[in-house]
Amino acid sequence: MAKKEMDTRFKKFGPVSFTATTKVNDFVDYLEKGIVAGTKCKKCGKKYFPPRADCFKCLSSDIEWFPVEGTGKLITYSTLHYAPVGFENDLPYTIALLDFGEYKVFGRISKNIPEEEIKIGMELKPEVVRLPNGQITYEFVRP
Amino acid sequence: MERKVAIIGVGQSAFVRGYAGSIRELAFEAFREAVQDAGISGEEINASVICSAPEYDKQRSPAGVLAEYLGLIPKPTFYLESLCSSSSMGLRIAYSLIASGLHDVVAVIGFQKMSEITSAESQERMGRGADIQWESPFGTMMPAYYAMYARAYMEKYGLTEEDLALVRVKSATYGQINDRAVYRKPVTLEMFSDPENPLSAPVATPLRVGDCCANADGSSCVILASKEKAQAVSKKPIWVLGVGAASEAVNMAGRDLFTGLSVAIRAAEQAYKMAGVTPKDIDVAEVHDCFTIAEVMAYENLGFCKPGEAKELIRSKETYKEGSIPVNVDGGLLSKGHPIGATGGSQIRTIVLQLRGEAGPMQVPNDPKIGLIHNIGGVGLYGNVTILGRD
Repeated sequence: MAKKEMDTRFKKFGPVSFTATTKVNDFVDYLEKGIVAGTKCKKCGKKYFPPRADCFKCLSSDIEWFPVEGTGKLITYSTLHYAPVGFENDLPYTIALLDFGEYKVFGRISKNIPEEEIKIGMELKPEVVRLPNGQITYEFVRP
Repeated sequence: MERKVAIIGVGQSAFVRGYAGSIRELAFEAFREAVQDAGISGEEINASVICSAPEYDKQRSPAGVLAEYLGLIPKPTFYLESLCSSSSMGLRIAYSLIASGLHDVVAVIGFQKMSEITSAESQERMGRGADIQWESPFGTMMPAYYAMYARAYMEKYGLTEEDLALVRVKSATYGQINDRAVYRKPVTLEMFSDPENPLSAPVATPLRVGDCCANADGSSCVILASKEKAQAVSKKPIWVLGVGAASEAVNMAGRDLFTGLSVAIRAAEQAYKMAGVTPKDIDVAEVHDCFTIAEVMAYENLGFCKPGEAKELIRSKETYKEGSIPVNVDGGLLSKGHPIGATGGSQIRTIVLQLRGEAGPMQVPNDPKIGLIHNIGGVGLYGNVTILGRD
């Protein structure tokens, strides 16, 4: 009997991925199309970011994808001068949280925005980035 | 019927860098002190709760190994973890085991030998204390998350980097007089403004090396007993008046509050209600100052002051030993050190000694009757608040 192929698309997400298999693997396919996507419960309409395969409110697994659109307000950020293993060559980099109202998105701010220009409350949007090592991720840029 | 529960014995190893022994020997140091302090024999302990953060353990399932070495078999033992608040969660469970009538005497043993792994491995594991699916791929780590809280807090309330440094200056004041502390040197504001000083180096803006606690190896032990047992064996039982606990989303994206820790607010509300006291009744407190900003937020989340007013407390030295609400007068995590699984038990020990009037050079002068312990797991992922009182 042939061994069943595992769907490990998710290991392409991020400079270093710690997760290979998930039911929301389509997240990576959306990234490939240039879209950062979240999930929405078809039953109760609740939007989730990061995406989820299951809705804890109504216990349904009937979900659909929605694109993260428009801009989010910068809630807070920090620029790292030390990094965990595997990220040393990226230093320094800035992690941040954006508020889109119905949901929030965690990620990095593009190095094209100088640190002194980063201000809490500024509007940013996620943009898909392909990395030299073949991995794919997103970062926050000016609208 | 719920039974009253007391702490009858406390112990702690010295917190050190690179403990020259195995985890069972490390645990024994705290255990021996606690059993001798309680004035009982190990055979009188009905069950043990073993607490640590497993990512630092090479030993699989440490509970059995430790219980055997401490002479606690064949009594039930099990492993419990909630990251840095593991041994406060252990106390909560021990409380319920005794209050329910299942056991009369329970030992909560916390330990961590962080030096089992390298500093780089440690950083990698610390990063995985967050959500490995959605946040770790961005290269996150503990200091950076607390730094995000610091940034949001400073923006909203006008706290300065110097205010943060003042918290470290206070902790170092008491680390110097705590012979169990890993960092026993003084810290001054000038060190933070001296670019040549290692404490001033940025870790994750706005936090600097001096804003971060020291990793350490260490162990702690708290022995709890039913009212009947406590009154039979202990001259100075310290009563567990309130235990509160809460959890929060792992993902920053799942949270709403970034200028305080929701778990601390919720756990404190529960503990105050259960104890029938208010923040004004607390005479001495231990808070989870893994980073300076964490102590600042704790003042407010515990109700020692209103949101935004914590900077006044630290500037006016109200949280020093002689102040209106002494906090972390044992050096805190910042100077005493933070051996993850042992930290909560060490905080509890400090408050027990304070309430008994046995804290030596660290004793607060206000004859404390009620004390509080605030112990946080992860970046506000788990929170425990415990209130203790004497007769």
